[in-house]
Amino acid sequence: MSWFRQKLRKITASGEDRTEIPEGFWLKCNGCKEIIYRKEVDANSKICPKCNYHFPISVDERVGLICDPHTFKAWGGELKSKDPLVFKDSVRYRDRVKKAQKKTGRNDVMVCGDAAICGRPVVLGIMDFEFMGGSMGSVVGELVTRAAERALKKRVPLILFSASGGARMQEGILSLMQMAKTSVAIARLRENGVPYISVLTDPTFGGVAASFSMLGDVNIAEPGALIGFAGPRVIEQTIKQSLPEGFQRSEFLLEHGMVDMIVDRKTLRDTLGRLVAFFGSTAVAAGH
Amino acid sequence: MVRQYLDFEKPIADIHEQIESLRASGAAPGTHDKELERLTKKAHSLEVDIYGKLSPWQQTQLARHPERPSMLDYVEKFVEGFLELHGDRAYRDDPAIVGGIGRIGTREVVIIGNQKGRTLKTRVIRNFGMANPEGYRKALRLMHMAERFKKPVVCFVDTPGAYPGMGAEERGQSEAIARNLMEMGRLKVPIVVVIIGEGGSGGALAVGVGDRILMLENSVYSVISPEGCAAILWKDGTKTATAAEALKVTAKDLLALKVIDEILPEPLGGGHHDVTQMSTTIRTAIVRHLDQLEKMSEKERTEARYQKFRAMGVYEG
Ligand SMILES: [Zn+2]
Repeated sequence: MSWFRQKLRKITASGEDRTEIPEGFWLKCNGCKEIIYRKEVDANSKICPKCNYHFPISVDERVGLICDPHTFKAWGGELKSKDPLVFKDSVRYRDRVKKAQKKTGRNDVMVCGDAAICGRPVVLGIMDFEFMGGSMGSVVGELVTRAAERALKKRVPLILFSASGGARMQEGILSLMQMAKTSVAIARLRENGVPYISVLTDPTFGGVAASFSMLGDVNIAEPGALIGFAGPRVIEQTIKQSLPEGFQRSEFLLEHGMVDMIVDRKTLRDTLGRLVAFFGSTAVAAGH
Repeated sequence: MVRQYLDFEKPIADIHEQIESLRASGAAPGTHDKELERLTKKAHSLEVDIYGKLSPWQQTQLARHPERPSMLDYVEKFVEGFLELHGDRAYRDDPAIVGGIGRIGTREVVIIGNQKGRTLKTRVIRNFGMANPEGYRKALRLMHMAERFKKPVVCFVDTPGAYPGMGAEERGQSEAIARNLMEMGRLKVPIVVVIIGEGGSGGALAVGVGDRILMLENSVYSVISPEGCAAILWKDGTKTATAAEALKVTAKDLLALKVIDEILPEPLGGGHHDVTQMSTTIRTAIVRHLDQLEKMSEKERTEARYQKFRAMGVYEG
């Protein structure tokens, strides 16, 4: 149960409690609890060589693992939150954003760019969980929408990596509306036969799970990722019992038919390449 | 039925109690006429005063009032020939969402809405209006039927939220909600949404995407309940009033944030004080908006709906 509690903390809205890989030569695996040599993990796409636990990886590392070398061209990074509600709890929303910007070196959660995978052009979006728990506010909503519109215009596949605790409460109803905004943008891709691949990583919850991240033509999950609508703690409080081992993990979602496959980080690039090749060929046949 | 009062309605309740006891005093008719008149006037001015400056948290309480008219109350008032249609054709019928066909005026429509239940027993059966995935899938099935037969869709929103249970996760609560958002975004027939009570997060939005979003004056609509927000951000579950204020959950707030199109005024003290008047207001608004929407071409309407949601959000750069 303790590992589960630890996981629970990771999906709270602020994301500030997230367990990170500590500095140093050695690190402890969150999966098997073994002490492993850091270099060994780094050389293995941040995967535990003993138990296949996928450590969180940065957006840049993700780009490096997925894209053809030097093809990623970021755009949209200038968008910033505007604090439409002038929201303040114990901390002002503005200050939370500033702190996250300082911590991550980016303006908000979503990193978008044009890229190539296995020689084929794609529009790519990756969420940075380190920025306020990957929460979706107006900026995430706008960037997902722009990414979808860009993919539609260029008629290239859209690939989105999600990692999020859900909607950004500090933007109130506007954060809820980003669920509709992004889903309606994905609807346009469907209507026009432009492929969308969703990759769900640890963790993906709430408003992000219940919008664009579940709407891929193909949904892929990373091994062991926690994915769900309601957080485990909320469910436990509601049903007044503890959840079984493996509940809301990728393997659970695969078993229940919610994702097409679980793909190891090391083979993800090839899998995406295969899918992009498949979709690309149908688009050509349809005369686009 | 004995009227139920909320805590902030206490001063009104006290005067009503005085009036009742005078009437029940058994004195000769006319004895207390003057006093009764004075008390009735006082009650009214108190009502004007109290309901005229409700805080967001008080409005939330009013939106959840046990006597607040539900979707089925409105259906009884102004939908003719209503036939309820059940089930998602895959798993089960979810009583937390009601769907069916009916006539509003001369127009045949598909009607979908959250239903919390009107008695203790039906509240339990309807899971207090918290739908499972099959509820949203039933709603979607009926919307697709509406599309096939070119009938407009009218949705009534009133839910604390989607149900956070184990079965809901197993059957894909996220997917069910997400799919509804996507499909409602591209549905070819008009959709008018009326928030009649509590608009609880994704569970409300899953039947809340449309060409027009109307909201009753005392309804609330929020990304998270004030209780949930208080517990997470203030780490204090009692800070509900503060959270409700900060979250901007009222109809006025949502109109200012350009999330809704129109506020429908309620009788003094809330819709439950005059269900007939409330029903007329809602019915008139639905008909007016459907009239407008049906004048647009299918393409114009879906494009306008796309742009409506496309424009939501506030950012810079
Ligand atoms: Zn391990």
